Amino acid sequence: MRGAFATFVALVRRDLVLAVREGGALGTALGFFLIVVALMPLGLGPDLNLLSRIASGVLWIALLLAALLSLPRIFEADYEDGALEVMAMGELPMEMVAAAKSLAHWISTGIPLALMAPMLGILLNLDLASAPVLVATMLAGTPAISFLGSIGAALTLKARRGGLLLALLVLPLYIPTLIFGISTVNAASLASDSFWPSFAILVALSLGSAVLGPIAAAAAVKFQIQ
Amino acid sequence: MDLGPHALFIVASYAGMVVVLAGLIGWLIADGRRQQRALADLEARGITRRSRAL
Amino acid sequence: MPTMQTSQSITQKLANPTRFMDLSGRLLPWITVASAGIIAYAMYLVFFVAPPDYQQGQTVKIMYIHVPSAWLGMMAYALIAISSFGLLVFRHPLADVSAKAAAPIGAAFTLLALLTGSLWGKPMWGTYWVWDARLTSVLLLFFLYLGLMALRSSIEDEALAAKLTAVLALVGVILLPIIKFSVDWWNTLHQPSTGLTTTVHASIRVPLLISAFGFSLLFFAMHMKAMRNEILRRRVKALRMAEVERAQSNSPPGNPSVSGDIRARAAQAGE
Repeated sequence: MRGAFATFVALVRRDLVLAVREGGALGTALGFFLIVVALMPLGLGPDLNLLSRIASGVLWIALLLAALLSLPRIFEADYEDGALEVMAMGELPMEMVAAAKSLAHWISTGIPLALMAPMLGILLNLDLASAPVLVATMLAGTPAISFLGSIGAALTLKARRGGLLLALLVLPLYIPTLIFGISTVNAASLASDSFWPSFAILVALSLGSAVLGPIAAAAAVKFQIQ
Repeated sequence: MDLGPHALFIVASYAGMVVVLAGLIGWLIADGRRQQRALADLEARGITRRSRAL
Repeated sequence: MPTMQTSQSITQKLANPTRFMDLSGRLLPWITVASAGIIAYAMYLVFFVAPPDYQQGQTVKIMYIHVPSAWLGMMAYALIAISSFGLLVFRHPLADVSAKAAAPIGAAFTLLALLTGSLWGKPMWGTYWVWDARLTSVLLLFFLYLGLMALRSSIEDEALAAKLTAVLALVGVILLPIIKFSVDWWNTLHQPSTGLTTTVHASIRVPLLISAFGFSLLFFAMHMKAMRNEILRRRVKALRMAEVERAQSNSPPGNPSVSGDIRARAAQAGE
């Protein structure tokens, strides 16, 4: 199996290099993340202690929406120029190809967004004591966003108005991650004992979606490249 | 049959149900008739189901 | 051709669309009449017999349509998931017809559950929408329905749309309990569970079961009718395709007038 794992890593590295070299997708996601966070005080009012109470919620929701923007990139480029069909005929099963591409999306988009969150938290008067926990929950939760998001990306490959449809399909699937992400952050700030249970469930959600995501995405892709 | 102080909400929810279900049933019947008419029109033009197409 | 009469399961018997059409043709009137009768009887019980709830008074009458709608909204999604499984695993020819037919009806019942739920919430909790775990989960179920219908309508190739919608339905059915669990967890964190779970006395529970049974029959009647419509729609489409191909094949290319006329009429008739 040495070969297959090496191909898997090579595929992940290839997608990462493409993402970094192209750079655009990450830039737009970070830019969108910043704008959505900056809009909140303009909408909700500059009252600092209100903002600090909702800061982690706003950051999490903005992160979900920002990650959503770059999801089509997981399959679209390779689907259009036929690389996906070559990969399908390659030695890696389609499920592993989907897993590799989702992993690359998480590394190239999920992690930077999570690491950038505390900086944007300053705009929302996020108390910096809870910043490390926020980043930890985001790092633990963003894999689910990429893996479940890859299902939506695969389903909307050929759909008209794909981007809008992708949001409608994928956001309901993000709800468990959002709920447990926020409840972990709140549990930490209240130092309540429900911190570890909700953090464990958050990680479990990500691991579970790392299994469900590639299977469903591969099925969807295989239907479209016969 | 006194519906009590909140009669409006009871009537509103039953009215809502009637509207939604009547709309759905009406659409189903209309859609059925439309397909039947199209099928009859095709049969009239001599295109019958030689091949067992679904 | 010797038909080896093995013991076919009900689903295989129904696999043949024509057999489904004449079977459902005979069954549909009975189910419709039965559901209308049972619902009428339930409504009679609700409005003339059932006592008001000791806490909520008469507003408990809304429960008699709210609870069945929520159940049917969820049951319809389960039906879609089973049909999707039947399509992807067994390639059952009518599975997609069943899934496509069930989606709008399930969405309608889920919408009804939300509508009656919020109208019931106003007298009980004082506001039209309360982020109670049950209402929230039904709202998310409604989003899953919208996703199914939107995905199916945005892909031209019908066969592909069927398969992709089936994949989405199965993903949804796996995640639905997880979404429900996380909403319940989220709800208990923020708000003690509201007093919706009043102890249900027999005199209130009996009309509820009758009403639920009546609406379930109505659901099956509508689902069957929608499936019949879908089968007819596909036959019409297939015939129109055949008509166009025959027009192209038997008229020599040099003779545009005949094939042009038929193709024009086919295009104009095709919705």
